[in-house]
Amino acid sequence: MDFENLESVVIRFAGDSGDGMQLTGSQFTISTALAGHELATFPDFPAEIRAPQGTTFGVSAFQINFGSSHVSTPGDEPDVLVCMNPAALKTNLKLLRPGGMVVVDTGAFNKRNIQKAGYDSNPLETDLLAEYQTLELDITALTMESVKEFGLGNKEAVRSKNMWTLGLMLWMFGRDRGPITTWLEKKFANKPEIAEANIAALNAGHIYGETAELSSDLKKYHIQPAKQEKGTYRTVTGSEAMAWGLAAAGQLSGLDVMLGSYPITPASPVLHQLSNMKEYGVTTFQAEDEIAAICAAIGASFGGALAVTSSSGPGIALKGEAIGLAISAELPLVVVNSQRGGPSTGLPTKTEQSDLYQAVYGRNGDAPMPVIASSTPGDCFYVAIEAARLSLKYMTPVMLLTDGFIANAAEPWKLPDINQLAPIEVNFAGSNDLDEDGNFNPFKRDMETLARVWAKPGTPGLEHRIGGLEKGFDNGHISYDGDNHQKMTNIRRDKVNNIANDIPEQDLLAGSEDDDVLVIGWGSTRGAIEQAVSRARQQGLKVAHAHLRYINPLPRNLANMVAKFKRVLVPEMNDGQLMTLLRDKLLLDATSLSKVEGQPFKIREILEAIERECAAAGDSQ
Amino acid sequence: MNEAVKLTLKDFTSDQEVRWCPGCGDYAILKCMQRTLPSLTSEKEKTVFVSGIGCSSRFPYYMNTYGFHTIHGRAPSVATGLKLSNPDLDVWVITGDGDGLSIGGNHMMHVLRRNVDLNILLFNNEIYGLTKGQYSPTSNVGTRSPSTPQGSLDASLNPCAFALGAGARFIARTVDTDQKHMPTVFTRAKEHVGASFVEIFQNCIVYNDGVFEDFTNKKEAADRQLHAIHGEPLIFGKERNKGLVLNTKTLTLDLVTIGENGITEGDILVHDETNPTLAQMLIKLSGEGMPMVLGVIYCDPAESYEKIVHQQQENVTAQKGKGDLNALMRAGRTWEVA
Repeated sequence: MDFENLESVVIRFAGDSGDGMQLTGSQFTISTALAGHELATFPDFPAEIRAPQGTTFGVSAFQINFGSSHVSTPGDEPDVLVCMNPAALKTNLKLLRPGGMVVVDTGAFNKRNIQKAGYDSNPLETDLLAEYQTLELDITALTMESVKEFGLGNKEAVRSKNMWTLGLMLWMFGRDRGPITTWLEKKFANKPEIAEANIAALNAGHIYGETAELSSDLKKYHIQPAKQEKGTYRTVTGSEAMAWGLAAAGQLSGLDVMLGSYPITPASPVLHQLSNMKEYGVTTFQAEDEIAAICAAIGASFGGALAVTSSSGPGIALKGEAIGLAISAELPLVVVNSQRGGPSTGLPTKTEQSDLYQAVYGRNGDAPMPVIASSTPGDCFYVAIEAARLSLKYMTPVMLLTDGFIANAAEPWKLPDINQLAPIEVNFAGSNDLDEDGNFNPFKRDMETLARVWAKPGTPGLEHRIGGLEKGFDNGHISYDGDNHQKMTNIRRDKVNNIANDIPEQDLLAGSEDDDVLVIGWGSTRGAIEQAVSRARQQGLKVAHAHLRYINPLPRNLANMVAKFKRVLVPEMNDGQLMTLLRDKLLLDATSLSKVEGQPFKIREILEAIERECAAAGDSQ
Repeated sequence: MNEAVKLTLKDFTSDQEVRWCPGCGDYAILKCMQRTLPSLTSEKEKTVFVSGIGCSSRFPYYMNTYGFHTIHGRAPSVATGLKLSNPDLDVWVITGDGDGLSIGGNHMMHVLRRNVDLNILLFNNEIYGLTKGQYSPTSNVGTRSPSTPQGSLDASLNPCAFALGAGARFIARTVDTDQKHMPTVFTRAKEHVGASFVEIFQNCIVYNDGVFEDFTNKKEAADRQLHAIHGEPLIFGKERNKGLVLNTKTLTLDLVTIGENGITEGDILVHDETNPTLAQMLIKLSGEGMPMVLGVIYCDPAESYEKIVHQQQENVTAQKGKGDLNALMRAGRTWEVA
């Protein structure tokens, strides 16, 4: 196979959950980033922690796309598929592009494993792989041989086979083994024999690639480093960037950060990251449940902290009543939702964007709140800061939507300089906020932002009571008055709507308002849409791309913008939620491109939809 | 610094009209709190009342301190977050049997086991008042209510036994109408560092009137209540001649009369508030002639949660130095693009 004509390559490592595929993939990623490539990754693992060995539902995969040109998705179809057992082949082969390469560990293709994968006979002995280039190696045996001198038990020895495979792939793509050797030495500092065995396996795989016998099958592949903007880079996952962004928001606002959270897939990494950042003024509280988690955050917000709660869809549903309390009491709070497949428990480890309705509409009463979304792993950093800024400035909870794909995926990221970021202004109430009679109204407002004052308990003279009951506009006391409720409802609505004046106008990532078709996306579909639009434009199609960071309120120019296009296409990983929202807010008749298969969009899927829309736009002329 | 001005009941009274039913036990508790706090603090700005939902949860509105009337059952969680964000505050949680033990039972368990430094007052009236009289988790079996017209069937919960089981380090009981006893319990609760759990028997005059009458009525109270005091014998009765002794054969408490069967005061069990086994027996005391045990039944302090959280934070900061985000982000493998 001739990789050299490709600008980028997609590799997918697939094996049993116990085969260490996520480790293999993430180490390959680091090595690739250090080689200066653009890359995007997609860890795709089962919900079960240890599914029975050899089964199809126990297959764990890691996909990486890297190259010298713009890479923004993990790739539609792998060029190379590494299968560590029959189950991995069974579940992943359909993804491989025609003519792609399959690397299989024949040592794992025993009768038992073949049966468990659901094959009647050994697939390697059939014509199943006829249309692909195959590289069949007994990796198990080769690994055993390479670690023989360390005297490990069979089980321990076989566990190094992921490193053997990694060594082979590093050779294939001209990657440096150095960083991985260092990492192994550090990881197994207390078990030097394990470290040595793994390094030996890694080297053996690499050496295997170098041997002459393989040269006809394998062509060592070299791709040029990508052209990137000047600066210092590293790879970052969405969870890391999110945690750093939240901590940065604390420093920019001068507030301590308090996270209340409860473990849930795929949101837990944010809790883990922040729990290890105590020296940054971050307090984390692992609560007994989702409700306690958000309520503790609300308590901290009442106390004057930058409060955050982080969860996924089912957890956000449990937090609904408390979010309403924060809306009613007008307390700042960042609610991070790392979305996953739903409804109910749904597909915990698969990505989806189906909590948009819940974010915008999902509470009792008229309970508006700002909703913003991150679109790439690195973007999480900036969106977290923006969520905190809006929350603190407008005294409101803000929903920050991200998803399992962004949370786990890695991308090269140009590092920001925290000292260059704009500070977030916070003014706590003081004695100058008392009225002429010396009374304090906790719902005294800035009539421009409509935000209420924030008085910290402990401040003499500002003793006040707040809660979830309706408050009197004039004094903040409980009020059951109908006219007052109307007024307060309007104010809470206007306060959120006014944020449209404090956010950037929507821009076009590609194309112009002279084009025929506008593709509107939000969240993690950004990379796939960018690529699809770019290809469509190369084909001469008149298509533009707008990607929303602000979902509620929508950017103030969006209504005018969409009116310039003949057709609007909304690709999203749900059953058309943004499309419905745009219809609601803009009376827009858009076409939905919906996908809820637990996998990110393929570029081709969006490209085909663009072609259909462009054709329809042509027909309407 | 200014001389601390002595505060009075008036300083703690807000300008809000109190809206409980006439004759509600909550009035007496409110008054007692407003009367007791001036002797406990000179900084009302550092006092916060956090409540959930229910009749008792209106309490914060009537206190001229900081206050947060939150959502049903969640006051312990809100208070935990508040205390974590500002450990200097004196935080009181006001809850009821429905709020604290039904919808919020999970939070109550965890706030007690974590030992957050909060003073938790559970107004137990054994009924849902605000929703018009349904039975609660502390209602006696057989309670007739709109939702149990033929009588409730499920066993009732003993709040103090729940607290002890959850790992509470301070457990006390008092009665709404006892304006002498209640202040002593409030004082001990505030002094205790860690979660203080106080059950207040509170009469709901509309939906459950007289439910505690057997041990709260003035005439018989002395014979029906035992006020436990640490280091003193567990004696009660109008004539101070009844007491509790440990039956070592059955591992239970027996009721005895001093002067009968050769029993002297020296035979009576001395209250040790640090003994959880004794606390368990006193909390669950029942049977013919047995009194309701009030006062500080259990008190065995341990470090409070927010304190150790902040200690850990300080230790980590001392060890690693104050965090520098620029350095953190650049600590991994980075590369330069020129």
